[in-house]
Amino acid sequence: MTAATTAARLRRIAPIWVVLVLVLVGIVWRDPTFADPPTLLAFVKRSAPLAVLALGQLFVVISGELDLSVGALITACVVAAARLGEGDPSRTWWIILLVLGFGVVVGVVNGLITTMLRVPSFITTLGMMLVLGGAVFLWTGGSPTGALAENFRQYGREDIGPVPYAVVILLAIAVAAYFLLHRSRFGHQVFATGGGTRAAELSGVAVRRIRVTSFVLSGLLAAVSAILLAGFAGLSANAGQGYDFQSISAVVLGGAVLGGGRGGIGAALGGAFALQAMFTLLNLLGMAAPLRDTVQGLLIVAAVAFAAYRLRSNR
Amino acid sequence: MSRKVLPGIAIAAAVLAIAACTSTKPTGAAGPSSSATPTDASQSKFYNQADFDRELKQRTETAQGDPSTPWLQTIDASYVDTTKYKKNPKWHLCFSNASVSNPWRVTGLTTMKAEVALHPEIGDFTVDDAQGKDDKQISDIADLQTRNCDALIISPNTTDALTPAVTKACQSGIPVVVFDRGVNTTCPVSVVHPIGGYAFGAAAAEFESQRIPKGGKVLALRILPGVDTLENRWAAAKSVFQKAGDNVVGVEFTDGDPAKTKTIVSDYIDRFGGLDAVWMDAGATTVAAVEAFQDAGRKVPPIDGEDEQDFLELWQKDGLNAIAPTYPVYEWRTAVIAAVDILSGKQVPKEWVLPQPVITKDNLSQFITPGMPPLFYSTCGCQKMPGFPQTWGGK
Amino acid sequence: MTAAAHRHVGSSRPVWLVLVLLFGVAWLVVALDGGNFVALPNLQNIAQSSVALGLVAVGQSLVVLAGSLDLSVAYVVSVSAVTASVVMNGSAADIPLGLAAALGVGAVIGLGNGAVIVGLRVNPFIATLGMSLVVRGILNALFDNFAGAVPDEFQALGYDAVAGVPVSLFLLAAVVAGAWLLLHRTRFGYHVYAVGGNIEAARASGIRTGRVVLVAHVLAGVCAAASGVFLASRLGAGAPWVGPDGGYDLESIAAVVLGGTALAGGRGRLLGTIAAVLMLAVLDSVFNQFQANAFVQTLVRGVIIIGAVALYAFREQS
Repeated sequence: MTAATTAARLRRIAPIWVVLVLVLVGIVWRDPTFADPPTLLAFVKRSAPLAVLALGQLFVVISGELDLSVGALITACVVAAARLGEGDPSRTWWIILLVLGFGVVVGVVNGLITTMLRVPSFITTLGMMLVLGGAVFLWTGGSPTGALAENFRQYGREDIGPVPYAVVILLAIAVAAYFLLHRSRFGHQVFATGGGTRAAELSGVAVRRIRVTSFVLSGLLAAVSAILLAGFAGLSANAGQGYDFQSISAVVLGGAVLGGGRGGIGAALGGAFALQAMFTLLNLLGMAAPLRDTVQGLLIVAAVAFAAYRLRSNR
Repeated sequence: MSRKVLPGIAIAAAVLAIAACTSTKPTGAAGPSSSATPTDASQSKFYNQADFDRELKQRTETAQGDPSTPWLQTIDASYVDTTKYKKNPKWHLCFSNASVSNPWRVTGLTTMKAEVALHPEIGDFTVDDAQGKDDKQISDIADLQTRNCDALIISPNTTDALTPAVTKACQSGIPVVVFDRGVNTTCPVSVVHPIGGYAFGAAAAEFESQRIPKGGKVLALRILPGVDTLENRWAAAKSVFQKAGDNVVGVEFTDGDPAKTKTIVSDYIDRFGGLDAVWMDAGATTVAAVEAFQDAGRKVPPIDGEDEQDFLELWQKDGLNAIAPTYPVYEWRTAVIAAVDILSGKQVPKEWVLPQPVITKDNLSQFITPGMPPLFYSTCGCQKMPGFPQTWGGK
Repeated sequence: MTAAAHRHVGSSRPVWLVLVLLFGVAWLVVALDGGNFVALPNLQNIAQSSVALGLVAVGQSLVVLAGSLDLSVAYVVSVSAVTASVVMNGSAADIPLGLAAALGVGAVIGLGNGAVIVGLRVNPFIATLGMSLVVRGILNALFDNFAGAVPDEFQALGYDAVAGVPVSLFLLAAVVAGAWLLLHRTRFGYHVYAVGGNIEAARASGIRTGRVVLVAHVLAGVCAAASGVFLASRLGAGAPWVGPDGGYDLESIAAVVLGGTALAGGRGRLLGTIAAVLMLAVLDSVFNQFQANAFVQTLVRGVIIIGAVALYAFREQS
């Protein structure tokens, strides 16, 4: 192997992995117990809701759109699950199905409004965010009612043997998403759609269907994320707050380009973990809480600037 | 058409500026400048020794009135005459609400509406919701002054920004009742509030401080900066911990988000190998903090919450070592009662200070109403009102 | 691309028509309810409550027309409000200094946004989202409450009225007029539409596209800063949360698209944006009149935003 090919290989590694490794090293340096498998698994577990959400967002972003409604969708799912379930464990199964179904429906609506009515997805999903946020609390009278059953919460909170449910679920979804995006015809068409809508249409891709399907995946995974988050953190009116912009940040940190056509499952996961790990690291470093926002902002911009730079220099 | 008009407007503006000039800003309003000392990085801005001492004293005083209806009780009251506001029913009562953005406020508004329904003399009840925006609330208060209200109740979004608008409302001649957060003016006929933030923060901090070894590790979790009652809670707690020589290892903001809370607490448990106490400035995320210890397989240290149902139930079930200083929701009832008293010409306290119950393991069971939703606040004083529990989302 | 194509920017007339309709309906239903919607205090109130969002939305229109986006405006509002009130610190003599400092900070942040977008080729969504996080962090680290104070004289801007018209409305009118002249009567305005319409074509025809985007962002920063100054005058001081609590980031974008401007850039009218801002204020007033609860309000806004944009898209197709 020559030096040139090694360099070329190194260049192909998504920079987010370098960031993630640096952050993790920093955490372990400050707190060696972090490297213990249980602590590490606990970290993955609490990152799982954002990571799952980011995977859904990734499909939408690669297809050239944006989904700002996922945060509100999570809130709606969590509040609805509590209201309908009322803490009764025997209802858990149909509630899970219902929540997932609701995610799909919201995805279909987002997709159809964006493709058929030609409303830019930024506006569609911004509107959906308001509609969901208004509707769910109108329904429950302002604050969450009911309760979440323990067997509903176990997926985000408890373990199977030594491994948290959430980690297993995340792994399964990540593998499935990998094959769907990087190894299937559909995935290829998602990239084609975002890379150049016109060209994709000419080469026979049903662009609208691809976009709608991407929104459906985003909605579905937001519902999964809602189940994990409800399990991890319990019922609250704030569940999912800020996750819309966080998931976009994660995807972008992972090298996806807003506007479409670029991105990868692994790097998006890396982005989600990096965001969570950064939060923990800054916490460990004892940095003044508000300045963490500043660091996160700089990091996101730097990552995207770097990606843009690489794109140019590769041409 | 409009493209020619606009530059014209700008010129007209200049001309008119010299002509008639009227102001809707109240004269002599105490702006934020009068109360706010120059910004200091320390807590001094939110720490007022006199208020602190007064609140701590009021904690131990016996409130006047029947303890079974705490929303009618008063502490250190000095009454004002209201005969000049006396009016024949039916009245039109108006309310400018800061927001319904959290379950405490939702329970409050529900309770308030139920209180209004108890008074046949109130013909109309108009509510403008500012959705947490100072600017909108200023407009809302102006809007309500055009609606022929007989009395105006205001729950200010922030103390400083709403002071001029409240002053102006007072000057319009209708009686004004302010509750929850205060304003920097004495113009409202009555200001209703529980004892206050210092008493809340101190009660929790004292409880925790007494139960941990000297120099014990305390994590302080706060919702967000800048809200005066929350700042007061922390200021009091900080001084308690300092005096006791406890080690506050971190002060973190949670935004009221349980996921963030759980993550922060887990991080601190890992980093410090456990914590001796967790102090919280509000109860919204106490359950998440407790779960962080439980999920890590650790004993839950002394902790504080509020009177929200999910925390009280968890406390009872798991036998936590906890305390719940409250910020009672029944003040929403009192605000309406104050307005009704004023319009009936009855004397009302100029500053209506309500007792602030502290829930301990001894009186815990009294505060749990089974069948209520998880984010129901049990100090609503609403348990015997018509429509309870369904109207409050209970069964 | 021909000049005619550049000039094909649509008309704001339908939006004003909708505004007039909405206003008429509001007048009617409120009258039937026994109220008076067109009473002077109510009109003053509607006007007054349009100013803060209106100022931000003017700047947002400029960047959106140029094919960009600014998510940092909410924090620019906060920063400039705090800057103005800290610099003035209650002294009337320092009003000019406070104004200059506040608008200057807005311009600098806008310049930063523009530089990152143009120079580092970062997508505007990310660049301005990142900027808002950066600004938020610094602001919250330095201030935790209302800081400083504006002098009483300065509160005239927020509260006084001249011949029944709120002073702040003149500020908004002046900013709108300035922006309108800039967009429709200068070379720069022509370039904004050209760059937003098709950046490659604009570049090919010799327009220095980077500079256009940069200037648009500086102006957006200044407009947001003007809104912050207005809010400082109205609230008596600035606090770190006044911008984000007002939701000016997403609401200003909503107003821009509600006013008929295409989010992709190049098409739309500044006056459409202003009509949309007034529409939202009228809607708020109607909600108040009819005691709609806060959640219904949120829901209705969502439906209106999607519905309006769908309608524009439909009109364009047919």
